[in-house]
Amino acid sequence: MSNHINLERRRQAIYGWLMLSPAALMLSIFAFYPSGATFFSSLFSKHTRRRPSEFIGIENYNDLFADPTFWLVVKNNLFYAAITIPVSIVIALSMALWANSKIPARGFVRTAYFTPTVLPMIAAANLWLFFYTPGLGVLDQIGSLFGLQSVNWLGQPETALWAIIFVTIWKEAGFFMIFYLAALQTIPEDYKEAADIEGTSRWTYTRRIVLPLLMPTTLFILVNAMINSVKLIDHLFILTKGGPSDASKLILYYIWEMAFAFFDAPHAAAMTILILLVLCIVAAIQFIYLDRRDNINITGPLLSSCNPIHLP
Amino acid sequence: MSKLSHYVESAGAILLAIIWISPLLFAFWAAFHSTSDAVNFNITSAWTLDNFRTAWEGAPWLKYFLNTFLLVTIVLIGQFFFTTLAGFAFAKLEFPGKNFVFILVLMQLFILPEVLIVENYAMVSRLGLFDSLFGVGMPYMASAFGIFLMRQSFKSVPIELHEAARIEGCGLLGILWRVYVPLAKPTYLAYALVSVSTHWNNFLWPLIVTNSPDTRPLTVGLSIFGAPENGVDISIISAATMMSVAPLLIAFLVFQRQFVQAFLRAGIK
Repeated sequence: MSNHINLERRRQAIYGWLMLSPAALMLSIFAFYPSGATFFSSLFSKHTRRRPSEFIGIENYNDLFADPTFWLVVKNNLFYAAITIPVSIVIALSMALWANSKIPARGFVRTAYFTPTVLPMIAAANLWLFFYTPGLGVLDQIGSLFGLQSVNWLGQPETALWAIIFVTIWKEAGFFMIFYLAALQTIPEDYKEAADIEGTSRWTYTRRIVLPLLMPTTLFILVNAMINSVKLIDHLFILTKGGPSDASKLILYYIWEMAFAFFDAPHAAAMTILILLVLCIVAAIQFIYLDRRDNINITGPLLSSCNPIHLP
Repeated sequence: MSKLSHYVESAGAILLAIIWISPLLFAFWAAFHSTSDAVNFNITSAWTLDNFRTAWEGAPWLKYFLNTFLLVTIVLIGQFFFTTLAGFAFAKLEFPGKNFVFILVLMQLFILPEVLIVENYAMVSRLGLFDSLFGVGMPYMASAFGIFLMRQSFKSVPIELHEAARIEGCGLLGILWRVYVPLAKPTYLAYALVSVSTHWNNFLWPLIVTNSPDTRPLTVGLSIFGAPENGVDISIISAATMMSVAPLLIAFLVFQRQFVQAFLRAGIK
């Protein structure tokens, strides 16, 4: 009998590893090895024809910390995150509350909110180009109706980053709305009825009952928004290319530029490592939060907001 | 009072919806009008298809469409293969080291492929896959997120079905193929929708790995077509943009419900 159990155990181990190995191999090739290699190459000098690359320790990091452009880009990215994350969360929440209430043309409203999500960022940037172009653009035309001066939204340092931020919010708010919408639909009707009987105002009901119930969803969206503030940079390629004078440059764009326009892989690697560190902190926040909620499994926050919804 | 606030809120919701959809509507309108009519907002001006004609002739769009189509297909097939096997192993098999490997997979959720562009580029070149659709698709195939999704889905399959299939003499792979995969169809559908729309829209990585019109997907083609250096005007860019978003946009409008639920089920892109 114990022989049989041993056999079954061994069989499972063999099958388990066999089935895991293709994915493990791919993950090693395209995630773990590159992470290690990035760290490794961040410790070496740039390979040039005259000088082969040599070990220089944290020199590349020191260079970065001494580079004013790097600090400007970090500042830009922090600002980008500090605006896009809360604003898109608040807009997403309002969208969801509206799309979930009894308003006329609800179908249209929902579709309008969500549509930007299915567009490529590049296409979104092209659409917004039409708004931002000085003189001809929609914004300027509207401005001129009110006698305002033409503004070169993308061409001046004070407004370029804002123009980028606006497109990002436009693109991601509808996506986040969906998660709020799903969570809202899981709140039992009884709560609303009980609140009505008590004579609670809608505002109080929203603030005291709905918002606390939406907390897990908000955390989930927060993590996503943080990741997006690193990842969403495609529109820079169309709208500003990081300019003017680096005013709208974000870290991932700078990494791309460093590696593929200036061919300076070691410094790009050092910056990549710094981003990975930040992402690790984001991951840690999520896992720490998870530990406190012991009744859900590890993928809980990823999927808990959607569990009640079933596909047909 | 509450009636008034209801009206105000409805107006706000609809206003926001109009603002949100207006970039798309303006581009749509511009795409069908001559440039001067478009920028002057000449409402009465004639509709034209000239912009589409000019845009279509300006770049090998058919090739781009085909590339994007092939790319999303390759990625999807790869993802189904890798995530099904790994998801099943994590969900239903016991083996030493499982939890450790699972944590590693978890970590990959936060190591975005976008961030590792430099080393992934080196890796793809080393494998001889530079400027090929496989090179574009490979880093996304063993998606940690997909593995999660499949694990979750397979976990909910009752063990009785598994046992019954085994008594019938089905091998482990047979059970996976005949019992688990069919039951997970909704998850596959959701994952497929999310994956297709993600990779249809992906830009940075394809930009780096492709180098010729033969492999370039739509997004990269569109960005090159619309580059200011090429001096194309706003109506033609709008026409090209409309063209390249049309398939996904129409699909979305038709299958809206499924799309939204797919995004919900899949959690993150």
